[in-house]
Amino acid sequence: MTEQLLLYPLLFQLLLAILLMFFWKKIDAQKVISIVGGFVAVFLSGLLFYEVWTSGTQTVQAASWKAPFGITFVADTLAATLVLLTAIAGLAVSFFSSASVIPARLRFGYFPIYHFLLLGLTGAFLTGDIFNLYVWFEIIIISSFVLITLGGEKAQIEGAVKYFTLNILASIIFLTAIAVLYGLAGSLNMADLSVLVPKLENRGLVEVAAILFLVGFGIKSAVFPLYFWLPASYHTPPSAVSAIFGGLLTKVGVYALIRIFSLVFTNDVFLGQVLLVIAILTLFSGGVGALVQKNIKKIFSYLIICHIGFMIGGLAMFTKVALVGTVFYLIHDIVLKTNLFMISGLIYRIKGTSNVKLLGDLYDKYPKLSLLMFIPFLSLIGIPPFSGFWPKISLITATLNTNNYVLLALIIVASLLTLIVIAKLWSEVFWKKGKELQPRLHFLYFKKMTRAKKVQFVLPIVMLAGVTLYIGFGAEHIQQVSERIASELINKQQYIDAVMPQTE
Amino acid sequence: MKTLILRTASNYLLPILLLFSIFILLRGHYLPGGGFVGGLIASIAFVLHAFANGLKNTKRLLKFHPGYLMPIGLAVSFLSGILPVLALDEPFMTSLWMHEAIPVLGKLNTALFFDIGVYIVVQGVTLTIIFTISESA
Repeated sequence: MTEQLLLYPLLFQLLLAILLMFFWKKIDAQKVISIVGGFVAVFLSGLLFYEVWTSGTQTVQAASWKAPFGITFVADTLAATLVLLTAIAGLAVSFFSSASVIPARLRFGYFPIYHFLLLGLTGAFLTGDIFNLYVWFEIIIISSFVLITLGGEKAQIEGAVKYFTLNILASIIFLTAIAVLYGLAGSLNMADLSVLVPKLENRGLVEVAAILFLVGFGIKSAVFPLYFWLPASYHTPPSAVSAIFGGLLTKVGVYALIRIFSLVFTNDVFLGQVLLVIAILTLFSGGVGALVQKNIKKIFSYLIICHIGFMIGGLAMFTKVALVGTVFYLIHDIVLKTNLFMISGLIYRIKGTSNVKLLGDLYDKYPKLSLLMFIPFLSLIGIPPFSGFWPKISLITATLNTNNYVLLALIIVASLLTLIVIAKLWSEVFWKKGKELQPRLHFLYFKKMTRAKKVQFVLPIVMLAGVTLYIGFGAEHIQQVSERIASELINKQQYIDAVMPQTE
Repeated sequence: MKTLILRTASNYLLPILLLFSIFILLRGHYLPGGGFVGGLIASIAFVLHAFANGLKNTKRLLKFHPGYLMPIGLAVSFLSGILPVLALDEPFMTSLWMHEAIPVLGKLNTALFFDIGVYIVVQGVTLTIIFTISESA
C-alpha cells in the first residue's frame, strides 16, 4: 500500500468531492465531511512529506505506463511540501467556509467544488507531465470560476468576467507553449524534456516556447504587466473563497514557473534578465498599488502581487541561496495570505464593511482578536522573529552575491512599502476612533453569533497564525527544508533519475 | 412541439437510441466511440423525448433528477481506477483483466467500468444542463 502513497492526498480529495456530491442538499453533513476530510488530508499529506523526507523523491507511473510515455506523478520535496501546505490551508478554509459562507451559497454545491479545487491544486503540484499540468490547471480554473460566481451578486459577476477572460487567455497561451514544445522535442514528460531541450538545435523556437510559458504562468501568478485581473476580482467573492484563491491560486503559477525554469529551460541568460526585470517591477507596482487602496481586501490583493515579486526575484537569480529564499517565501506566503483574507472576512463580519475609512476602534472593542491579527501582520512585514524575515535574509544575501543591487534596493523598498501599508491599516482599522455605522439589515454581525459559530470563525485564524509562528520561531526546520528543495532544484539529475531510472 | 409523427417516432426512437448508445460505449474499447460519445447519444434520446412529449413526461420517465447521475458515474469511474491500488498495489488506473471469460460478454477489464462511469457522468451533466435551461426558458 505504501508504494502508492504519493497519490493518496490526490485521490482522497477526489473521493471527498464525490462523497460531497452525494450529499448535495444536506449542507450540515457537507460541513462535517469537509472538515473531517480536511484533517485526514493533512494526515495523508504529512505521511507523504515524511516519506519523501526520509527516503527521497517518490514517483508513480499512472496506469503502469512507463515514463516518458505515460503520465508520471512525482513528489520531490518541493511538491510534497506544497501538498502539505495545501492540505493545511484547505483545512483552515474548510472550517472558515462552514462558519462564514451563507447557506444560500452552500446550497449550490460550494463544498464539492471547493474540494475539486483542492484536487486540482494537489494534482498540479504532484504531476510530472507538462500536459497533465495543463489539465490540472483547467480543473483549478473551472472550479474557481464556479466559486467566484457562486451567489451571483453584481460585483461578483463583474470580477468574475475579468478573472475568467484573463485566465482563459493564460490557458490558451500555456497550451500553445506546450504545442510548440511538443513539436520541438516530441515529449511531454518534464524529466524527459529536461534531457531533450538542451540538445535541441532550434534555439530560437525554444526561446519562443519559454517566453510563451512565462506569459501563461505569469498571468496566473499575477506578475507585473499581467496582474490587473487579480485586484479586480479577488475582493468580490466571499472571504473564504478569496482566502483559498489568495493563498494558493497565484502560488501554483509560481510553482509552475519554478518547475519549468529549473527543469526544462535552464541556464538561459536572457530569461534570467526578463525574470529579474519582471520581479523588480512587480515588487514596485504591487507595493505602490497597495498604498492607495481603501478596501481591505484590495489592499491584501495588491500585497499578494507585491510579494510574488520576492519569489520571482529569487527564481531570476537562480543561485542556491536565492532559491532557498524563494522556497521559504513560498511556504510562508501560502499560510499568510490565506490567513489575511480570512482576517478580512472576520473584520467584515464585525463591522459590516471592508472600507478602511469607515472602519475603526477594533482594538478598543476586540483587543484579543486584534492581537491575534497582529501576528500575521508582523510576519507579513517581516519583523525579525516572525516568518517574513527569514526568507528575506536569503534573498538579500543572494542579491549581494550576484551583484543585483537594483533588486536589492527594490526588496528593501517593497518591505518598507508593506510596512507603511500595514501601519496605515493598523492605525485606521484598529486604533482610529471609529464612526457609528448604520446597522445593516439582514446581516449577521459577529457579536450576534452563537458561541460555537464564533469559535468556528476564529479557530482557523488561530490555527494558521500558529503555523506562521512556527515558521517564524522554528525557522531552522523550514530553512533545512528550503535548502534541501533548493539543492534538488539546482541538481535536476536526481529528479530525472527518479522519473526515468533507465537513463542512468 | 405537438406533432403526432414526432411523438410517435420518439417513443420508438428512445429505446433504439439508448441501445445504440450502449453499442457505441462498448465499441469504444478498440474503435471510435466510448463513454463520452455514448453518453451524449443517450442524452439525445431523452432530449428528443422531451421535445416531443414535454419535459414533465420525460422527467416522469426518468423518475429521478439527472443530476444524481453525476456523483454515481464519478464514483464508478473512481472505483474502477482505485481498484488496482487497493487490491494489488499497482498504480492508479492500471487496467486489470479477468482471467476467465464470461459467456457472451467475454473478458472484462477495469477500463470498461471507467468508461461506463464516464457514460453516466456525461448523461447526468448534459441532461441537467438542458433540463435547467428549458425549465427557465
